Amino acid sequence: MSAGVAANGEQPIISVRNLHKWYSGVHALKGVSLDFKRNEAVGLVGDNGAGKSTLISILAGLHPKDEGEIFVEGRPAEINKPRDAMNLGIETIYQYNSMVPNMSIARNMFIGREPMKAAFMGVGLLDEARMRAESVAAIANVDLHLRSPDALVGELSGGQRQGVAIARAMHFKSKVMILDEPTNHLSVKETTKVIGFVKSLKEQNVTGIFISHNMHHVFACCDRVVAMALGKVVLDKPISETSIEEVHDVL
Amino acid sequence: MRRLIKISLQKPELAAALLLLCLIIFFQVMSQGVFLSLANMRGVFGLMPEMALVAIGVTLLMICGEFDLSVGSVFALSPMAMAVLMTMGWGFWPAMLTGLLVCAAIGFINGWLTIKFAIPSFITTLGMLFMARSLTIVISGGFPPRLKADEIPMWLFVEFVGPGNLFRASFLWFVGIAVLVALLLSKTNFGNWVRATGGFLPAANAMGIPSSKVKIACFMICSVLAGLAGTIQVLRLGSPLPSIGEGLELAAVAAAVIGGTSLLGGIGSITGGIIGAILIRVIDNGMVLSQVNSNWFKFAIGALTILAVVGNSWLRKRGRAMKVETV
Ligand SMILES: Nc1ncnc2c1ncn2[C@@H]1O[C@H](COP(=O)(O)OP(=O)(O)OP(=O)(O)O)[C@@H](O)[C@H]1O
Ligand SMILES: [Mg+2]
Repeated sequence: MSAGVAANGEQPIISVRNLHKWYSGVHALKGVSLDFKRNEAVGLVGDNGAGKSTLISILAGLHPKDEGEIFVEGRPAEINKPRDAMNLGIETIYQYNSMVPNMSIARNMFIGREPMKAAFMGVGLLDEARMRAESVAAIANVDLHLRSPDALVGELSGGQRQGVAIARAMHFKSKVMILDEPTNHLSVKETTKVIGFVKSLKEQNVTGIFISHNMHHVFACCDRVVAMALGKVVLDKPISETSIEEVHDVL
Repeated sequence: MRRLIKISLQKPELAAALLLLCLIIFFQVMSQGVFLSLANMRGVFGLMPEMALVAIGVTLLMICGEFDLSVGSVFALSPMAMAVLMTMGWGFWPAMLTGLLVCAAIGFINGWLTIKFAIPSFITTLGMLFMARSLTIVISGGFPPRLKADEIPMWLFVEFVGPGNLFRASFLWFVGIAVLVALLLSKTNFGNWVRATGGFLPAANAMGIPSSKVKIACFMICSVLAGLAGTIQVLRLGSPLPSIGEGLELAAVAAAVIGGTSLLGGIGSITGGIIGAILIRVIDNGMVLSQVNSNWFKFAIGALTILAVVGNSWLRKRGRAMKVETV
């Protein structure tokens, strides 16, 4: 199977082919091949240790792959570091928060991508006014209400933090948004919000990859479900053609 | 108002500054007015830059999440290298800059080893503490070379300047560097990366910050500042003793901690480190003037360090718990 064009003639935004990953002794991914269609919300499910986080951390440039190929919009992609993934339009919200608790919301929003007034050899003066203004706007865009962009992230609730992470990913206009268990430790109300957010990605022309252990959450907001077990894809079906029971059975 | 109190509770350097003020008043009274006299202030301001420069570097590095125990040895090695090169006929500037380059190299090695082999910087720099000290003694050849004062632009480093000859030139170096490093930390993208790297390394890496380079840069800045401080001390003394700077590494850590820098990284400020260094100087000088047995000096610094850490964590908790409008 080539990574070029899918059956219905549409080019996937991300294709991975025969991806392998070893962590010293552990064979965490055993030849994973998947296509993610444009503007589709895909639910990625699987037991603990199935390799979900490993797969997305390769797409996000956090870990190098050991074997296999990645295509982004049909072109072979070398994703060697997080910046490569970001430049390709892949934003990730990590299972273990990617925010620095002792830094303000505005500072966290722009870590590694700070707007600057002037720079010399890569080091420059921060444009703090712009960082504040843009964080306020980005946070409002994801329907989160925070009083000040100067509040420390460590003082936010889990849901608010997740909201800021989502706002950050959206602000940088990603094409693909990966959310690794974003509903963990959230209240029912906050969970509903995140699910609504995943649903709304389509309207904004963003492809979503949503990892969760909760089948109901996945069936509530995704178009397709991919199940992984022991480093392999064991099921890949549109939501309309499968059921929670069937997915449970293959895991 | 409550918001203001909340913010100040979370700024430990304010507590340290307040303590400094109290101590100054205390020593002024205890010494019957000698403490704040022009002559004594000249002494305090003359010595202060040397330790404060070291504290600036150590504070920056600690905020980045790493340690440097080798600063005391580097403090001695840099001016010794300079002096030895000068006895070999080198001019002052090339010799001094080479001395600082040696420091930069040591900082690089400290950082590179720490990151490459994923070992605690405590260990790397402990090793470097011994190695750099040993090197200093070896290159001194047993007896320290005397500096030829006429070849050195002393006015640029240690001569008295300013109103009433209150300051040495070194004080101006210190102020300039302090402002520069403080701005670097608080107003630039590099500073943002330093704080993120020390505050939560996985997040820094996930956001694509070159955290290894950031750490190595901080190690190098720390080492170079220690070398510059040592050079200034040697120019003031006129001769490079191989034993200068012993124990300075721990005093610098104490200064950083007293000023509110966390040992775990991510928290702290350059201002705090400087206030900590001034506090230590003031206590040293004030105790002498107040005719307290000077053997109590280390006791005072030790007690203050512990007090600062306990006090800061208490203040921070209070500050956090204090309810203003919900964020
Ligand atoms: N950094 C690592 N070093 C070593 N082994 C790892 C590392 N990360 C993951 N593994 C191993 O790789 C396998 C897959 O882990 P992964 O984190 O991808 O699972 P997961 O599907 O995300 O599980 P969970 O639902 O618990 O998050 C596991 O056996 C795990 O122990
Ligand atoms: Mg996981």
